[in-house]
Amino acid sequence: MFFAVGVLAVLVARDYPLGSALRMGPAYFPTVLGVLLTLVGAATMVRGVTQPGTALGRFAWRDLLLILSSTVLFSILIRNAGLVAAVVTIVVVGAYASTRFRWGYALLLAFGLAAFCALLFIKALGLPIPMIGPWFGH
Amino acid sequence: MELLANLATGFEAALTLTNLAYCLIGVTLGTLVGVLPGLGPIATISILLPITFTLPPVSSLIMLAGIYYGAQYGGSTTAILINLPGEATAVATTLDGHAMAKQGRAGAALAAAAIGSFFAGTVATFLLAAFAPPLAELALKFGPHEYFSLMVLGLLASVVLAHGSLLRAIGMILLGLLLGLIGTDVNSGMQRFTFGLPELADGISFVIVAMGVFGLGEIIRNLEHEETRSLVIKRVGGLMPTREDFRRMVAPILRGTAIGSVLGILPGNGALLGSFTAYSVEKKISRTPERFGKGAIEGVAAPESANNAGAQTSFIPMLTLGIPSSPVMALMIGALIIQGIQPGPTVVTDQPALFWGIIVSMWVGNLFLIILNLPMIGLWVRLVTVPYHLLYPAILVFCAIGVYSLNNQPFDVLLMAVFGLLGYLFAKLECEPAPLMLGFILGPMMEEYLRRALVLSRGDATTFLTRPISAAMLALALIAVFLVLVPAFRKTREQAFQEEEQ
Repeated sequence: MFFAVGVLAVLVARDYPLGSALRMGPAYFPTVLGVLLTLVGAATMVRGVTQPGTALGRFAWRDLLLILSSTVLFSILIRNAGLVAAVVTIVVVGAYASTRFRWGYALLLAFGLAAFCALLFIKALGLPIPMIGPWFGH
Repeated sequence: MELLANLATGFEAALTLTNLAYCLIGVTLGTLVGVLPGLGPIATISILLPITFTLPPVSSLIMLAGIYYGAQYGGSTTAILINLPGEATAVATTLDGHAMAKQGRAGAALAAAAIGSFFAGTVATFLLAAFAPPLAELALKFGPHEYFSLMVLGLLASVVLAHGSLLRAIGMILLGLLLGLIGTDVNSGMQRFTFGLPELADGISFVIVAMGVFGLGEIIRNLEHEETRSLVIKRVGGLMPTREDFRRMVAPILRGTAIGSVLGILPGNGALLGSFTAYSVEKKISRTPERFGKGAIEGVAAPESANNAGAQTSFIPMLTLGIPSSPVMALMIGALIIQGIQPGPTVVTDQPALFWGIIVSMWVGNLFLIILNLPMIGLWVRLVTVPYHLLYPAILVFCAIGVYSLNNQPFDVLLMAVFGLLGYLFAKLECEPAPLMLGFILGPMMEEYLRRALVLSRGDATTFLTRPISAAMLALALIAVFLVLVPAFRKTREQAFQEEEQ
């Protein structure tokens, strides 16, 4: 992984003027870092091949997907549908990842948190977040 | 006495009613997240960071600092009562603290932890007051060469003190440094690594990285090992330690404070390392080492003093040099930058009320903590029973709103999801995220200092070796790396961290 990012960094940095050590261009530092990272990546791979390591643990795909998609949904909803809808969505989708998920408490929690956040962030702190977004005709 | 005059300035700043209130809020929140496993000071401070924008700088720093050392306190409570460290720094406390609780001496253990922490906090406050100003004065003489070398030293030392593979940790630092360079280049105005996305032109806020990697990543990891926590409520019993306990406690508290203070200044997680070192030192020099692990009060007093001392002395490099020694300190620097204050040696002279106010507030905060913790212990214990499946959706919401409110950019929330994925991947690949965070913060600074240093020396790279302070720091960095490669030291390092994992 380091190897790939390192190579990528060097390649992207090649588009920028490198400059000299005296008048350093924008690509100088990233290129140095990219080369170093590539070396570390290569060394890691060599060690990975020559030394027996522990296999990667199983991925918790379901949890991962649910948590990440709840966050993505939030980012889509927050501006268009407003705080209440975004919070309720992120809580319900996020809570669904738990093995102890129950609709009852999840909805209760979602609306409780939505009310709390609306009070704290919009009323008390005055953050410019729409309570109900333009999608609902405002 | 200049010191006294300075402390007076600090008391003036810290003892206003507002700041006292923020200090109290900070330590209360800190104790809360310390007690709740799965929610640490890093996530809490990142969530609160956007909110602090509306506060005056002194109040915001006082509150955030309170969260950090308050969490060290709270972590010990759960460690003793239910054998579950709320914070990583309290792991050493579980060994003897919980054993004491089983013998019905939970009260004495809690008192030992509180008294040790308070004493350590007081000493560390004075250390901070005494050593920070001269260090800042020294730092004013630093040129870009010295700063660059200092950062190299800091980054490498953080690797040595962190656990896990050295190679991977260095990889994480480099990755962090590269991520830090995303955005517009200061000197040429050129956009780098933005892949044509205008949202990336200003770079990535470290709050997004911290919340993604530590907040979301942590949630996903915790969900993977979801289990129910059962609480064995025990009667806490008499809080007063016996005279015999006091006699046994004094020396370990003194030693723990000393060890924690020194290790706290070093980069890496000083508070964590300090508590383990203090525990093993006590066990080694004790005439009755067999008592350890079976409820020796020394085994509670020493690590608790050390982690609290370390938590406070880790502010020294942050306040005087503007260089973070841990992710929490990186967040503190972020808090200062949000307020328009450039962290560094000039803070001491330009913002005396801020600097001394923070220092004094730490001592006041420690006092609050003793008052909060001992009589209200029952309340904190009950909080541990808040089930995780109710807690984490709330954390999720606060992370999302916190990140969104930074710039009102939905894109930032997406970016946080990306870093959440990365955070989970890192955990799976056994890569420590802390070095990445440090590299991320230091990346732009390092590039800037490197550039300036090379311009001053007309492109001669040997300039880092010919200037004595800079050369000494680079030599130290090299020694630190070699130490890890030396087999004997490597073994003890691995042992130290193995104990921690058990």
